[in-house]
Amino acid sequence: MQTLLEMRNITKTFPGVKALDDVNLKVTEGEIHALVGENGAGKSTLMKVLSGVYPKGTYDGEIHYDGQLAGFAGISDSEKLGIIIIHQELALVPLLSIAENLFIGNECAKAGVVNWHETFRRTEGLLKKVGLNEPPAAQVDSLGVGKQQLVEIAKALSKDVRLLILDEPTAALSESDSQALLDLLLELKAQGVTSIVISHKLNEVRRIADTITVIRDGATVSTLDARKEPITEDRIVRDMVGRDMSQRYPERPRRAGDMLLEVRDWNVWHPEHAARQVIRDINFHVRAGEVVGIAGLMGAGRTELAMSLFGKSYGRNISGSVELRGKAIDTSTVAAAIRSGLAYVTEDRKELGLILEESIQRNVTLANLIDVSKSGVINEAEETKVAERYRAAMNIRTPSVFQKVVNLSGGNQQKVVLSKWLFAGPEVLILDEPTRGIDVGAKFEIYGIINELSAEGKGVLMISSEMPELLGMCDRIYVMNQGSFVGELSAVEASQERIMSLIVTE
Amino acid sequence: MTDTASQARNADKAKSISGYLASHLRDYGLLFALIAIMVFFQIVTDGTLLRPVNITNLFLQNSYIIIMALGMLIVIVGGHIDLSVGSVMGFVGALAAVMIVNWNVPVALTIPACLVVGILIGAAQGYWVAYWKIPSFIVTLAGMLVFRGLSLWLLEGQSVGPFPRSFQLLSTGFIPDVFGVGRPNITALAVGIVAAAAIVWMGLRKRARNKAYGIEDEPTAFFLIRNAIVAGALLFVMYKLSTFRGLPNVLVTMGILTIIYAFLTEQTTIGRRIYALGGNVKAAKLSGIPTERLTFLTFVNMGLLAALAGLIFAARLNTATPKAGFAVELDVIAAVFIGGASMSGGVGKIVGAVVGAFIMGVMNNGMSIMGIGIDYQQVIKGLVLLAAVIFDVYNKQKQG
Ligand SMILES: Nc1ncnc2c1ncn2[C@@H]1O[C@H](COP(=O)(O)OP(=O)(O)OP(=O)(O)O)[C@@H](O)[C@H]1O
Ligand SMILES: [Mg+2]
Repeated sequence: MQTLLEMRNITKTFPGVKALDDVNLKVTEGEIHALVGENGAGKSTLMKVLSGVYPKGTYDGEIHYDGQLAGFAGISDSEKLGIIIIHQELALVPLLSIAENLFIGNECAKAGVVNWHETFRRTEGLLKKVGLNEPPAAQVDSLGVGKQQLVEIAKALSKDVRLLILDEPTAALSESDSQALLDLLLELKAQGVTSIVISHKLNEVRRIADTITVIRDGATVSTLDARKEPITEDRIVRDMVGRDMSQRYPERPRRAGDMLLEVRDWNVWHPEHAARQVIRDINFHVRAGEVVGIAGLMGAGRTELAMSLFGKSYGRNISGSVELRGKAIDTSTVAAAIRSGLAYVTEDRKELGLILEESIQRNVTLANLIDVSKSGVINEAEETKVAERYRAAMNIRTPSVFQKVVNLSGGNQQKVVLSKWLFAGPEVLILDEPTRGIDVGAKFEIYGIINELSAEGKGVLMISSEMPELLGMCDRIYVMNQGSFVGELSAVEASQERIMSLIVTE
Repeated sequence: MTDTASQARNADKAKSISGYLASHLRDYGLLFALIAIMVFFQIVTDGTLLRPVNITNLFLQNSYIIIMALGMLIVIVGGHIDLSVGSVMGFVGALAAVMIVNWNVPVALTIPACLVVGILIGAAQGYWVAYWKIPSFIVTLAGMLVFRGLSLWLLEGQSVGPFPRSFQLLSTGFIPDVFGVGRPNITALAVGIVAAAAIVWMGLRKRARNKAYGIEDEPTAFFLIRNAIVAGALLFVMYKLSTFRGLPNVLVTMGILTIIYAFLTEQTTIGRRIYALGGNVKAAKLSGIPTERLTFLTFVNMGLLAALAGLIFAARLNTATPKAGFAVELDVIAAVFIGGASMSGGVGKIVGAVVGAFIMGVMNNGMSIMGIGIDYQQVIKGLVLLAAVIFDVYNKQKQG
């Protein structure tokens, strides 16, 4: 087997942070190479160095590609050699069609005039290749994330890809979409495409990877060859976090207390299409100290339910009642909902959760400025203290709480969002995909925090597409499908099969 | 201690200073740009620029721009823009003239009435922007045309004036010397000394607090140099003013407003929320921030300040003309962007906007003294604006 890529002694520093410290990576032609490591370990940074996002000269070390010393001044340089990167955040133009997106910057054109016929023909071919059954003229923002991800891959294929880099491609995907994507990667491998995949989902890594490189704190820890012998998840975890982790879900004494939150006859209509009912006659409750899950496929209406509860942030013609400890509460605006004791951790941290250009400190206190101010004047020293407290408690990796959130790794950004809502001091915390893009160690920490909240008698409502997580954490699970609850399972009854069968029989 | 260890430490220290400088280049750059421009014009105008009478003029000429820049900064930080301020300012000046000169309304009634009109104008525009989500560019472009037209209509195309002395004092009055010396004006000197001492004292207090909390701060040398320059400049200006007619009323108004707005934007919850709103509306909204009401208020505030600027401007010219405030919105917006605000919202500082306005003001003044034609003046100002923003973008890319 021939080595396609070798990165030697790569070191990259940002002001105040050494993101990569002497990293080595060797990728063989035709393999699927998984890159794993904790949040902030430097995985995304390494791939940005490789693809020229950080141009040659801004880092130390050597890149050998296809037997030659390489180093790129920009993405277009690396693309010429067939290195295509799909970033953690998708980079499609939402208001353009699939076809336009596929050939953006690479149009089928003669003398600047686009040949639409050719564009659509080639788009159809590429879509068939990635197994996406959508018309080439479909607008990208009308597709779900899973399909958008496939469009990204089709775009990569349109550029004669040799080395495909995917940064957490399945983080936002449902179970079945993830499966489809992984199958596609295996198929591309059969066609000779080499890929590097970053992922926190170790079961997927095990399924597709030929070689696994583990990075910790900006340095290579190990390279494991899965072709020789199967690698267990525990083995990978050990290298990632530097210690054995026998348990994935921390123990919690299960005890449901008094009634805390009770929602009755909840109905919500679509904000734009007035005739479409999104949430239908939902009734549920959360007791003090309970962790309650909501399972369902993507598009089941879980996020819509949570957001409509939280200050009517979604939908219209909302009806139904919300009671906390037996008393009706005001949830008509977000501010009122927060005052009443609700908090909602969004699934979309970049768009809805964070002010990216602001510091960690300012993000953490944003939903509860009252507690760090006196008659409207902010006590910044107090604010710093609060931010430092959460930095320590949540183990946010950053040189300082004054760091802009945009400079944090994806997982650490998620911890900032969580900190913000913990600081708001809610009675009931609604978590929407709380561990998306988070490493195993940090997941364990977040589960620990959920358990602490429950021990304090708070209620937690958890939406998650990762069924093992729901099964491992929840006392009770509601199953949701097409805007209604189709079943309720206690922790003992619940299993993946039962949840799926409830969804399917409906 | 070994030699290499101390060497390494020195290198570390040098690195941290250069790192600090790199990340705060914009703040220092602005201050030094202002100083450099002043030195330049001081030299090429053979010392005219910093003559007491010219310094006084500088303040009188630029006061209305600075006052509006305070409001504009907040609007821009909130993620919007207000193109109507020049017209609103002209309209309110015209209204004041018509009320006082034509209708004989007392000055003491006219001033509050005009400010209320400013508030109403701001509210009318803010309403569409905040609650109907009509782009501010469009709403205020319409406002610009409407109020330009309304002032023409009000003045019937004529200039209206002169104003009674009591109204002119708004702009051309001076604070009398309470110590009775007159020249040098001891009040001006005293205010200068107190203000300089207050700036240094607040800086020290913040440093002490940062230290207590272990927050990384400006390197000591920087702190000393910056404070020496700011306090020195302040004392120098006050001394110069004291040898002429003392503190102009507008300078006091401006100073107090700057302090209020700097405090409001940097230290209060409402200020913080405006930055959050401009940084990411959706996230701000989901954090319980009343984004619509805040947006509305930023425009109300802008209307109030534009009205105040209109009164001051009319008082200085001692007449209201249909052309008053023409294209002034461009100077105000330019000042805010030179001061480091970001077009996309969420970024910018009051002090930056004020310094930006002074940079524009000194350039206008200096070039006029040199006898450079208005044609070249426009070209140069345009290029300076472009350079400032390019500098910002370049700086950001380098850090990224
Ligand atoms: N532009 C930047 N400025 C400053 N620090 C940065 C910047 N980009 C990344 N970092 C820092 O570099 C480190 C590595 O970040 P990177 O995004 O590579 O992590 P990651 O391994 O991809 O993590 P995740 O799994 O959370 O996505 C982090 O500590 C991060 O805060
Ligand atoms: Mg990453």
